[in-house]
Amino acid sequence: MTVIPPYYGLILSGLLFVVGLLGLLIRRNIMFMLISVEVMLNASGLAFIAGGALWGSADGQSMFLFILALAATEVAIGLALILRLHKHRETLDSDRASELRG
Amino acid sequence: MLVIFFLAGALAIAATILAITRVNAVHALLYLIASLLALGVAFFTLGAPFAAVLEVVVYAGAIAVLLLFVVMMLNLGRESEQEERALLVPRLWSGPAILVLAISILLAYLYVAGPWAPAVQTAVRSGSAIISPKEVGKVVFSRYLLGVEAASFLLLAGAVGAFHVGRRSIERREPEVSAKEAS
Repeated sequence: MTVIPPYYGLILSGLLFVVGLLGLLIRRNIMFMLISVEVMLNASGLAFIAGGALWGSADGQSMFLFILALAATEVAIGLALILRLHKHRETLDSDRASELRG
Repeated sequence: MLVIFFLAGALAIAATILAITRVNAVHALLYLIASLLALGVAFFTLGAPFAAVLEVVVYAGAIAVLLLFVVMMLNLGRESEQEERALLVPRLWSGPAILVLAISILLAYLYVAGPWAPAVQTAVRSGSAIISPKEVGKVVFSRYLLGVEAASFLLLAGAVGAFHVGRRSIERREPEVSAKEAS
């Protein structure tokens, strides 16, 4: 089995992070912003995996596990807030939720 | 193996770009799932089979499907699609796109010609090519035991928080229903 240079993994993670950042900046729909944050978290996980592959240690994959737990929590809370917002304002536009009043 | 990695990486980036530019949330989520699966393949080729399986099971299987369920619950119609299409005009996305392009050029510079780039580029694996789940488990439940506890607290707090935020909307709905029934 040929070995992939971990360097390529780092480049892929950088590209994916930048695409996620672009999505976060250009969308105003909260659902798409949440998707973009997921992409960015995933890209940082890939950077950890590539780093772990670089050093041949299991630390990278254990950090990926923690990122996974973080992403799951973030999605659960974010979706609950999205449901609340949709119930109150009948919209997912983040600009129309700029006043923090219940 | 290198070919598989490049194919998976290209698929992941293409699917992610498609996901963030769709007007329909369900289409975007399906592209996101495709991107997550491709990234799982990339993890596998990088010698991380445990992370690859977790990516498919937890990310594509649980998180993305949770997002999909909520999108279907919200029942977004054609008008929201038109609203999104009106917001996705070049006048609005060109500025952020230029900024992000500048950031990616900086990143590329750091990776290709940065101070530590030669060391990373020429580095080869110091351990075995594949890091097995056994090794990961050993590290997670010894060196990062405190982190596991913290993650469990975080997940519990997340579950309680999501339940709390979701429950109050149900409470508020109940009086309305009973009022309608009374009238």
